[in-house]
Amino acid sequence: MEKTVNQKAWFLVIPMLILVAFSAVIPLMTVVNYSVQDTFGNNQFFWAGLEWFDEMLHSDRMWDALGRQIIFSAIILAIEVPLGIFVALNMPKKGFWSSLCLVLMALPLLVPWNVVGTIWQIFGRVDIGLLGHTLEAMGIDYNYTSDVLDAWVTVIVMDVWHWTSLVALLAYAGLQSIPDAYYQAAKIDQASRWKVFRYIELPKMQGVLMIAILLRFMDSFMIYTEPFVVTGGGPGNATTFLSIDLVKMAIGQFDLGPAAAFSIMYFLVILLISWVFYTVMTNLDKREGK
Amino acid sequence: MAAQSAARGTGLRLNGKAVVMTLYLVFLLLPIYWLLNMSLKTNSEILNVFSLWPRDLTFANYRTILTDPSWYMGYVNSLIYVVMNTVISLTVALPAAYAFSRYSFMGDKHLFFWLLTNRMAPPAVFALPFFQLYSSVGLFDTHIAVALAHCLFNVPLAVWILEGFMRGVPKEIDETAYIDGYGFGRFFIRIFMPLIASGIGVAAFFCFMFSWVELLLSRTLTSVNAKPIAATMTRTVSASGLDWGVLAAAGVLTIVPGALVIYFVRNYIAKGFALGRV
Repeated sequence: MEKTVNQKAWFLVIPMLILVAFSAVIPLMTVVNYSVQDTFGNNQFFWAGLEWFDEMLHSDRMWDALGRQIIFSAIILAIEVPLGIFVALNMPKKGFWSSLCLVLMALPLLVPWNVVGTIWQIFGRVDIGLLGHTLEAMGIDYNYTSDVLDAWVTVIVMDVWHWTSLVALLAYAGLQSIPDAYYQAAKIDQASRWKVFRYIELPKMQGVLMIAILLRFMDSFMIYTEPFVVTGGGPGNATTFLSIDLVKMAIGQFDLGPAAAFSIMYFLVILLISWVFYTVMTNLDKREGK
Repeated sequence: MAAQSAARGTGLRLNGKAVVMTLYLVFLLLPIYWLLNMSLKTNSEILNVFSLWPRDLTFANYRTILTDPSWYMGYVNSLIYVVMNTVISLTVALPAAYAFSRYSFMGDKHLFFWLLTNRMAPPAVFALPFFQLYSSVGLFDTHIAVALAHCLFNVPLAVWILEGFMRGVPKEIDETAYIDGYGFGRFFIRIFMPLIASGIGVAAFFCFMFSWVELLLSRTLTSVNAKPIAATMTRTVSASGLDWGVLAAAGVLTIVPGALVIYFVRNYIAKGFALGRV
């Protein structure tokens, strides 16, 4: 749609701008403020320049957490996106069953995040949980509180449980928008199932899949509550992702300067990657002439 | 012959689909079933007997929650700030989304991306500054503080969804209304909002959802008077440790409002998840 140039449209944006500025810019400026200052208590601050950034860039702790975070997000995307598409392809197209599937699939999305943690904490316990108990009965030594691999598997399975439906629902919305005529044409051409997927369904889902990947990337990169409840970042530091580490530093140890420097770098990484996704997405929109 | 094999093919594929969906739904529901199962057991049964259904059915865990104000006020607090947040988010997002979908103005693209960056900001980054900001203006431990804090990620999302839905409404409708002598306010409320009612519903659903599930900010910004149910749960766990039955019952009760909301918007969910862009 052609848009009219109208500078007065700013007036419509202003209420939102004030609100978001209050809840985003002021806190962000506080963070920037802390990141360049040092304090010895009593509200006395000293200019520290880029000292904290320097310290954080050379701290193994941050690089380790970043490494774990990247591996985690990569695994999450690699499992959830294909699985979500697969589930969407298998969903009933309309009628009662389709509504039922939608409602049941959306259920994990509306469970508060710490309850998700609680559910899996209980589910995975060897003494009282169905999963833990079953695995133990099968002779598998499983304990997510002491074994690094088990902790990772639990956190990943939990995230797959929690968020695959989001990808599936998005992909499903994309599939619903494909006119029947496309499939009929494919049938006439005797296209194989794979070719229908590759040349009809996948291109049509491209836009929504980008949204899915963007949302999943952002949220998995900021994951805090669920692993915190289940593993508390342990065993050791094995599942201490960036947010968990940050909260430990800022609120647990009250190391304001380093934590603020950490925050800013953390935010910039997310911003950079999301900007790439966003640019790709808007270009897709343009190409489709939307 | 060919028709017959084709028919058999679809028959098989339909069965295959049903199997895949059943497996997936079982995977989704199994942990929830277990939570429900635990919430109906006594603590001694949970710890001593491993059973797939409650042998000694009890509603005592639910009774504990529904009669103890420190528990049930958690639900009330959560609902209050979630509703406040949804109303505030939609009120400011509606005109902004209209501006983004209809007009181009100086800096609009940058502004839109800047908005989205707020959705991308890790709440962990904001937890401490929020605490200081709201303490300094005297809003600490109030519902409005949490509602405003959640605007950080809900307003951008609401603008994004609403903008997608508004793009689908032809611009001729606006122009006709203006020619007919409608002012902006009257046109927007009387004509435009009913047209994108489903979009508003979906945006409200998303605001509700993300505000309801968030814990980090709501826990940091409250202590007693506005403490959300999610925080009540974590504190109980750390304090007494092992009351699994009550914990499970509280968990089940947090799922209920979500399930109700989903039921009402089920026909729009798919489109909403695509942010109106399908």
